[in-house]
Amino acid sequence: MSTTILAPIVLTILGIIFGIILAVASKVFAVEKDPREEAIAEILPGANCGGCGYPGCGGYANSVVKGIAPVNACAPGGAELAKKIGEIMGVEVEEGARKIAQVMCTGGGHDKTRYDYVGLSSCLAVSRVSSGPLQCSYGCLGGGDCVDACKFDAIHIVNGVAEVDKDQCVACGACVTACPKNIIQMVPLNAKKYTELRCSSHDKGPATRQSCDNGCIGCKLCVKACPKEGAITVDNFLAKINYEICIGCGLCSRACPRQLITVDGKVLPPKPKKEEPKKEAPKAAPAEAPKAAPAEAPKAAEAAPAKEPAPAAEAPKAE
Amino acid sequence: MENITSLLSIALGAVLINNFILSQFLGICPFMGVSKKIETALGMGMAVIFVMGVASAVNWPINNFILVPNGLGFMQTVTFILVIASLVQFVEMFLQKAMPSLYEALGVYLPLITTNCAVLGVTLQNAQKGYNFGEALTYGIFGGIGFLVAIVLFASVRERMEFAKSPKCFEGFPLALVAASLIALAFMGFSGLKVW
Repeated sequence: MSTTILAPIVLTILGIIFGIILAVASKVFAVEKDPREEAIAEILPGANCGGCGYPGCGGYANSVVKGIAPVNACAPGGAELAKKIGEIMGVEVEEGARKIAQVMCTGGGHDKTRYDYVGLSSCLAVSRVSSGPLQCSYGCLGGGDCVDACKFDAIHIVNGVAEVDKDQCVACGACVTACPKNIIQMVPLNAKKYTELRCSSHDKGPATRQSCDNGCIGCKLCVKACPKEGAITVDNFLAKINYEICIGCGLCSRACPRQLITVDGKVLPPKPKKEEPKKEAPKAAPAEAPKAAPAEAPKAAEAAPAKEPAPAAEAPKAE
Repeated sequence: MENITSLLSIALGAVLINNFILSQFLGICPFMGVSKKIETALGMGMAVIFVMGVASAVNWPINNFILVPNGLGFMQTVTFILVIASLVQFVEMFLQKAMPSLYEALGVYLPLITTNCAVLGVTLQNAQKGYNFGEALTYGIFGGIGFLVAIVLFASVRERMEFAKSPKCFEGFPLALVAASLIALAFMGFSGLKVW
């Protein structure tokens, strides 16, 4: 037989054989997909932000169906989406607190540099040059790696320091991973009063005083002022808020001599006198200051002198 | 029986001396496309090793028992393309069912390989060089390992290049091409390597 005829015949036969094999294989090896998975994947935002800890929205839908992932792990979708997924899966959803990113630096030491950095403006690059130009080695470098990482336009560099836009943030955690200084963390957002202590410096008090206008010096005045045991603790010269316990009363904010602790973005004024310790939160902050009670007085007195040298520098930090 | 030394020299040749990417310039497309991160480069490399090995094993009998006896050697290219395309499809379905973990690890790279000319290259060269089955299999698998070495090396270079200061007109892809050519130059050093 001439090759001209043989060639197409052989190729056709081969093609048919492979076609049949593939057709059979697609039946034999068909993987059943749970229809719920598709339904969930459909209502997910599709941002593939990875905030849930699974590879993309498809991976999350898969894990939910398998029962590995909780139905409310999708931060961008929020409670509404969790409810819908819960309906598909037939599970009740408990309302979890919304989380947001928190930058653990106010930029109080932004101007206090050890050297002039010239070069690539990425935080990663800057941090490689003897851990950045700032005197405070824990400070935000303001290079904007987190801004680049954020897919939701929720973090910006304001006056050289990263600031989180609370309304935009969906707690996907991209900025947490991106920050070479590891000063961004996820915290539950208390809807009523959001207390922030934005400092990561473990330097000792005097060192912090030198390198930053309002870094935590570990004086523990906030711990003493706190009405709840363990809601704020000082470890290794750095105070830390435990959001599980914190009730947002703001007493620590009033006690802090460095005006570092803020409630809803504002530093509460120091309070010369004490009032009932717990339920003072709901009222407007400044109006409460002159209420009566002697016990707190010594603390306020201690606090006052420390504060005086710095107020000008601290002013911009309030927002 | 195959001579162990000849297998060894084929293996070494496929990895270093005649590296598919850096010496023969086959499979450049995935080499440039999937080399931005070391992890994805690793995934791609693994998938290529796998497919090149299987493709060599499947194409060898087709070539030697169907094409050559019928005087259809000139049809190698088109037949091998057909075989590789359906093979990759088949392997993908099989893996999804039988080994979901491996399937997920290879991910999107498996179907991508259908269009990888290094895979076609290895089977064509097997036919041209008249390798027996063992040699063909060795050449396929180690050709894949050579691909893995090249793409991981290149991905490491590219990760570093992200931080390099470069003229605006060279940023990104042009610089990657320059880097690729430099690595290829470096690999030329292996061409003088003689084993046995």
